[in-house]
Amino acid sequence: MGMPRILRSPYTAVAAVAIAYIALAYLIDNKYYQLMITLMLLWSVMALSWNMLSGYSGLVSFGHASFWGLGAYTVTLALVKFDITPWLGIPLGVVVGAAAAAAIGYPTFRLRGHYFALAMLAYPLALLYVFEWLGYQEVPLPMKREQPALYMQFADQRIYVLLALALLVASMLISLRLERSRFGLSLMAIKQNEPAAEAAGINALRWKLLAIMLSGAIGAAGGGMYALVLLVVTPPTVFGMLVSAQGLVLTLFGGVGTVWGPVIGAAILVPLAETLNAELGNVLPGIQGVVYGIAIILVILYAPEGLYWKARDWLAKGRAAPVAAEPAPAVAQVASLRTNFPVTAPRPVAMSSAVPILQLQSVARSFGGLRALDSVSFEVRKGTLQGIIGPNGSGKTTLFNVLNGFLRPDHGRIRFNGHSLVGMKPNAVCRLGIGRTFQVVRTFPRMSVLHNAMVGAFVRSRDDARAEALAREALERVGLTGRANALAGALTNKERRLMELARALASVPELILMDETLAGLAPQEIDDLLPLLKQLNTEGLTIIIIEHTMHAMVRLADDFIVLDHGRMIAQGKPADVVHIPAVIEAYLGKRWMSRVAN
Amino acid sequence: MRGGRVAEDVPNIGAARRRTTPPALMTDLPLWLENLLQTLATGILVGGTYALMCVGLSLIFGVMRVINFAQGDFLMLGMYAAFYLYTGVGLQALMGPYIGPIVAAFLAGPIVFAIAWFLHRWLMSRVSGTATQGVAGEGHHAQLILTLGIALVLQNGGLIVFGSMPQSIRSPLSKEAWELGPVLLNKSRVVAFCVAVGVALLLYFFMNRSVLGKALRAAADNADAAIYMGIDVDRAHRLAFSIGIALTAIAGGLVAMYYPFQPYVGLDFVIIMYTGVVLGGMGSILGAFWGGMTIGLVQQLSTLILPIQLQNTAIFVVFLVIVLFRPQGLFGRITERT
Repeated sequence: MGMPRILRSPYTAVAAVAIAYIALAYLIDNKYYQLMITLMLLWSVMALSWNMLSGYSGLVSFGHASFWGLGAYTVTLALVKFDITPWLGIPLGVVVGAAAAAAIGYPTFRLRGHYFALAMLAYPLALLYVFEWLGYQEVPLPMKREQPALYMQFADQRIYVLLALALLVASMLISLRLERSRFGLSLMAIKQNEPAAEAAGINALRWKLLAIMLSGAIGAAGGGMYALVLLVVTPPTVFGMLVSAQGLVLTLFGGVGTVWGPVIGAAILVPLAETLNAELGNVLPGIQGVVYGIAIILVILYAPEGLYWKARDWLAKGRAAPVAAEPAPAVAQVASLRTNFPVTAPRPVAMSSAVPILQLQSVARSFGGLRALDSVSFEVRKGTLQGIIGPNGSGKTTLFNVLNGFLRPDHGRIRFNGHSLVGMKPNAVCRLGIGRTFQVVRTFPRMSVLHNAMVGAFVRSRDDARAEALAREALERVGLTGRANALAGALTNKERRLMELARALASVPELILMDETLAGLAPQEIDDLLPLLKQLNTEGLTIIIIEHTMHAMVRLADDFIVLDHGRMIAQGKPADVVHIPAVIEAYLGKRWMSRVAN
Repeated sequence: MRGGRVAEDVPNIGAARRRTTPPALMTDLPLWLENLLQTLATGILVGGTYALMCVGLSLIFGVMRVINFAQGDFLMLGMYAAFYLYTGVGLQALMGPYIGPIVAAFLAGPIVFAIAWFLHRWLMSRVSGTATQGVAGEGHHAQLILTLGIALVLQNGGLIVFGSMPQSIRSPLSKEAWELGPVLLNKSRVVAFCVAVGVALLLYFFMNRSVLGKALRAAADNADAAIYMGIDVDRAHRLAFSIGIALTAIAGGLVAMYYPFQPYVGLDFVIIMYTGVVLGGMGSILGAFWGGMTIGLVQQLSTLILPIQLQNTAIFVVFLVIVLFRPQGLFGRITERT
């Protein structure tokens, strides 16, 4: 509001927290409390590491102790075996952590949901047994009496506080920087709807790998420092279940998917658990774990996204109820009216050239015994508005899934502008210039309309400003400019369809695959949409559209392809195709026949 | 992680005795073959108890579609319940050291069943069943995290209540063996195997013959349809959750006869259970049974080539290989539509 910009910047907040912490560290001279505030920082680092992967991408990891433990053992063994100072040992640990993360992530990202979580659990537990077997049950860090500073050993505990603080601030800055870049948006999109993100050109595997490698690097750095502070490393203390759980619990408690969550979680829970452990540890030896367990149960029941989001929602409710009542829909209406132009406007015929943009040659795909696509061959010329019709289960959506890389054809050839599409991933297909919308709209509901469209634009832009420009242009084209800042989850059905279209347009496609874009719309809304599609087509976009609403299709498409039981039974001008008996029998039905007869 | 864990399995008693047997008594089987037979026998015996644990976990997943992360810790509760029934409540004095541990393991079932019933009533039902029907992702995330929370409380609460000293149910059976040719069968393992398989069979008949069992299967198959048919899905879930946990607890009570335990022991078994269940196909009770058997064999056979500390690592590797290379095949259908 009235606050100067610099005060509202998150970087200012990070600096303020850091300064307050340094002051705190200087005020405390009790060794135990110094250790506690050091641990609080280090567990914040662990939680940030967990958040970097799981918070942003939504893939819950139960195994972040792998990175923590590898960092701790790298630093310790480098010092014990090779006399390498932790000043080098920690960077070395970071490299080990990132490499381990890549090695773990690459195979494990094939899994989703709880299978991913459980598979991640197996890694640190396996490592735990391996390190025990290797004979590293308990490795103390040797004291260096000469040149202790060279070996990162300090009599003054406060220096450890500063070192841990530096590590935390670095991790926070990395998180902040990435959270607001395409890294954050891409991971958020993957979290909310991975197939849609892939179809919009996001290389999900690449971003996830980057996230886990950064996560592994940060976790390993934290683990390395932890070893220095504790002065002794055992497999259960660095690879144990409670280590992984701590990263997860602190983040979920504080707030998931934001840089502040892990810090808030650690600031509350670590002192609580440590104090209880110090006061009652003798009588109640597992009290720490109980605190974490109860904290996570309460959070899941009452604030599933964590305190930060709960507080934000609560503040937003008190302050800004009118935000939702913005008169934006009216603007959108006007904007979409602007794109309306007479349906009867003659289409420049020259647009559809003789050059084929897409060629299919005996493409087939089966699911078990079911032949979903059976030797389908056709060509789509550049600039055509190609309709695909057919009864339910005739293979229309399967055809799209094969075209844009969700499914691999069993055999056959697909060429787009001369490139073979067979075996390409959806994001690569999108990169080549094929956009896609879905039968059931796939949005990123917790992101704004603009950000939804930006996700589509990343594939065509190196920098984020350019992506935003492309996204705004795409929103303008579909008439959603007035809704740019609305949350996608709050849109009407028609607006969501338009936004999905804008996301596809933002990737500047040459060809767009539209799967039942008109489904579930009122006749009036369909009448609004048809001219838009026509116009996009006139502007040079080739469109392949699946649609059931025949009267709309007849007005819209230049050419029909009719599928039935996975076979192409007809192709031609709409006026001709609807008279073919096989088409009438398979799809249009007797009523249509009688109507045609009249 | 403050509590210690048991670093290694109890030495394979059969193997220990075999080594002391003078060569003169040996049959003319080569040593490697004898080792192999002994390991196979131990694997099957151990696998029987694993099978029962896996059946319990699988029942919960099959009916509720919930992965219970705390299953291993309920197993731990089963071990302590059996332990206290045997030593504290007096089953030892009442029934002697042969029958006592078995009865104790059985009685651990209802005790842990009751705990599970209340946990479902107060916690699990709020993030599963009808509470999350139709919600995106059906609350899987919340369920997983909630059971993690329960696991943390049970493990560490166990440390407070039971202490960190490793315990075991001392039964003379664990020091005796039947000889089957060159193979020695540890009596406690044989008894545990028979009881575990018997209990698994009982569950099988319950699920297939009784009205309640059929209701559970209906709720598992299609929760919506089951609601329309008048089945109280939340109650069915509670029953499945509690029975599943009770079965695992009984298995825990049986294992406690030859496996020393402390409050963190659940982690030793949790991956064993997941691996067995995944191997048999998530949610299939029969599959989980054979999956658990297989894991017992894999674990024991791995000791032929790997050091004993790494026998659980071998299971992790099997687990990862299965989930990574046969995910759709073993997890059932991919139903995602675009």
